[in-house]
Amino acid sequence: MIAALRFLGATALTLLGLLAVTFFIGRVVPVDPALAVAGDRASEAQLAAVREAMGLNRPLYVQFGRYVAAVARGDLGESILTANPVAEDIARVFPATLELATAGIVVGVLGGVPLGVWAALRRGRAVDQLVRVTGLLGYSVPIFWLGMMALVLFYVRLGWVAGPGRIDLAYYYAVPRVTGLLVVDGLLAGHLGAVRSALAHLALPALLLGYFSLAYISRMTRSFMLAELKKEYVTAARGRGVGEARVVWRHALRNAAVPLVTVVALSYAGLLEGSVLTETVFSWPGIGQYITNALQNADMNAVLGGTLVIGAVFIVFNLVADLLYRALDPRVRPQR
Amino acid sequence: MMLGRRALLRAGGAGGAVLLAGRGAAAAAPPRDLLVQAMAFDDVISLDPAEAFEIATAEVHGNTYERLLRIEPGDPRRLAGVLARDWRVAADGRGYRFELRDGLRFASGNGLTAEDVRFSLARAVKLDKAPAFILNQLGLTRDRVDAALGTDGPLALTLRTSEAFAPSFVLNCLSASVASIMDRRLLLAHEVAGDLGHAWARRHHAGSGPFLLRDWRANEILTLDRNERYHGPRPALARVIYWHVKEATTQRLMLLKGDVDVARNLTPQDLDALADAPAIRITATPKGGIYYIGLNQKHPILAKPAVREAFKWLVDYDALGATLIRHIGRPWQNFLPAGLLGASDAMPFHQDIAKARALLAAAGLPDGFDITMDVRSTQPDMGMAEAFQQWAARAGIRIRLLPGDGKLTLTRYRARKHDLYLGDWSVDYWDPQSNAGAFAYNVDNGENPATKPIAWRNAWDIPALSRETEAALMERDTARRAAAYVRLQDEFRRSSPFVILSQQTQVAALRREVQGYALGPTSDNNLLAPVSKSGGGA
Repeated sequence: MIAALRFLGATALTLLGLLAVTFFIGRVVPVDPALAVAGDRASEAQLAAVREAMGLNRPLYVQFGRYVAAVARGDLGESILTANPVAEDIARVFPATLELATAGIVVGVLGGVPLGVWAALRRGRAVDQLVRVTGLLGYSVPIFWLGMMALVLFYVRLGWVAGPGRIDLAYYYAVPRVTGLLVVDGLLAGHLGAVRSALAHLALPALLLGYFSLAYISRMTRSFMLAELKKEYVTAARGRGVGEARVVWRHALRNAAVPLVTVVALSYAGLLEGSVLTETVFSWPGIGQYITNALQNADMNAVLGGTLVIGAVFIVFNLVADLLYRALDPRVRPQR
Repeated sequence: MMLGRRALLRAGGAGGAVLLAGRGAAAAAPPRDLLVQAMAFDDVISLDPAEAFEIATAEVHGNTYERLLRIEPGDPRRLAGVLARDWRVAADGRGYRFELRDGLRFASGNGLTAEDVRFSLARAVKLDKAPAFILNQLGLTRDRVDAALGTDGPLALTLRTSEAFAPSFVLNCLSASVASIMDRRLLLAHEVAGDLGHAWARRHHAGSGPFLLRDWRANEILTLDRNERYHGPRPALARVIYWHVKEATTQRLMLLKGDVDVARNLTPQDLDALADAPAIRITATPKGGIYYIGLNQKHPILAKPAVREAFKWLVDYDALGATLIRHIGRPWQNFLPAGLLGASDAMPFHQDIAKARALLAAAGLPDGFDITMDVRSTQPDMGMAEAFQQWAARAGIRIRLLPGDGKLTLTRYRARKHDLYLGDWSVDYWDPQSNAGAFAYNVDNGENPATKPIAWRNAWDIPALSRETEAALMERDTARRAAAYVRLQDEFRRSSPFVILSQQTQVAALRREVQGYALGPTSDNNLLAPVSKSGGGA
């Protein structure tokens, strides 16, 4: 109970700190937010009226206090750019990012963990070098360029995947929105055509994002596995005649999974921030594009709302990682 | 080890299966009565014509709302009646009477009468959003708009301007988006706290145009459906979808693949790449926007007339037209874009570095000087700034570029904190006063004027030229008015602290099956009603 309260208190303080930093940075940038509302053609009187209506004439601490009070009531304010409540906008764009990030992390884990294990087992050999180069490419190749090349090859030339966007326009209004995850909504509606279309659109950006996660996860898996494979319990198991597959996958990987959970959780959280470039190349209307566009137009309510959500995502993922860590490692479980 | 390899193969196989299974739902080309346009429309912040002032919004309004009159797309110097079948100007030059067509209806089914016209114009003035100034210029201000506008029966609107302005100016202002006619009964049914339906109209439609707004999801999709109650010829297209695709190359790929019919924001490189694509054609039209460099006259060096002139001899217009603005603009040296009444095509400047150096020496700057230039960090702005930086360096002017986000740069520019500023400016309504009032008018060069025209932003104090601009505005003879603007531009080219670089070209790439698609000089004249498609699905 006390631990839960402590966690909630720390979470609230973290989010408040995040809001404060974002808010004050947003306000000290020499951009007039009223310009975003009224436009370049507005007269000085019109701009003054907008500043008054937005509360920009009040002291910064008053503006911040009012904002925090509104957030506490669940009101993230209205976006200048979309004329929508920010909460409504985020509810619209975040599922797009969630769907993409989830598919991406699945690719990253399913590819990265086996590759990392394989590289560890073949340390210094061709396979290991190949995995290392794969990882290096994942770090060094600009995602924007790779995305474009992938589109040209798989979408235009080979026609293996659908193009940019989340779903074919033919299905755009065909599936009622329930979760905002188009694959899930398509399944709920029993509309297999829409599901197929959503998957076809999801495939390429998810593989691309997944590749970048894969690069990181495989490198970390290799490193964790190398550490485990040197330990005595592995030698002992091999000495007892336990099969190599069992030694690797059941014994060593299970122990390597403990730190790996944190790596995967933070990778997933990173993907949920929204990959702006991937979203731009694939016209994916996610939270990365939303926040970037808001930043460029001094739409501070949208920036703050988006930042708050991203912060909350990181906190939740840290918590989940902690819980999984405890579940996987008996040493860190509380003693009864 | 075999186990690991098998697992890997299984994983890879599963991924491939998902990929290929997914492709079973491959996108078919859009059907014949659906037009899909890939376009970046993150500038749309409101769909209320009394508030919206953005490029994409203007296009939506041009197709979903109607005005009393509009410019002829084929001849932008002429006006054609839309809701008005006839109009007359009183002998004193201040009274106007518009006769409406009979039997007009909004998309809602409500009848469209002179009372709706009166309401719409008064509403735009009373809401006092940014575009309201276009109507304010006519004397339609908050305190006099109710008296200035009247009706004479259901089909006649009367308007009394504050001055005897040039009739072409008054009529051109009434062809702007802000003068769109809105459904009074529908708006009042959605009125909240006396807002004249503004909050509702930001996201909904209350017009009578050939299309109606079905859906707008910011930065995602904007869908127009055919207005079955439209009084004009029935559009061939049942639906038009604007698909927000920010990246130009992505737009090109989607066009090539046939997932979209039209791509709207292609770069010169993309357009070059499409030149040999048999399924694609390019359409382009000169647009009412120009690129220019402003020299802040608060800077003592830039205020020297010889330095101002030296800047104008630095630009290599041939290189500019052949590379940076190829397809998307043409070299230009006047503040009125081609197509506007009084536009001048005089191009006296060309690159002459020796002459620029001599002028700098005459100004006491034989070794040049250091200066900064604010510019938006987008293309083609950055490319033009970098090119100009190199040209200027050859004359000894060392420019340090200050790239910034649009709003940041604009904030500095409006506060006159720049030295040099490279940016663009588009006409707000299709009349020479729109740009003359921006570039050649500045009657209060103090720090807190009521408005901040471009001349003010560069601290160009021009009482005499401002009077000439006012005189041109009042000239009721259209030919003499046109001549007045030509003279204004002669003086502007000679003495202004502006280097006009180019006139923008609006360009779109479209699939050959799209017929009747033409871009107008302003975005609200990109008309969709005449568009049809041959081939494709049903």
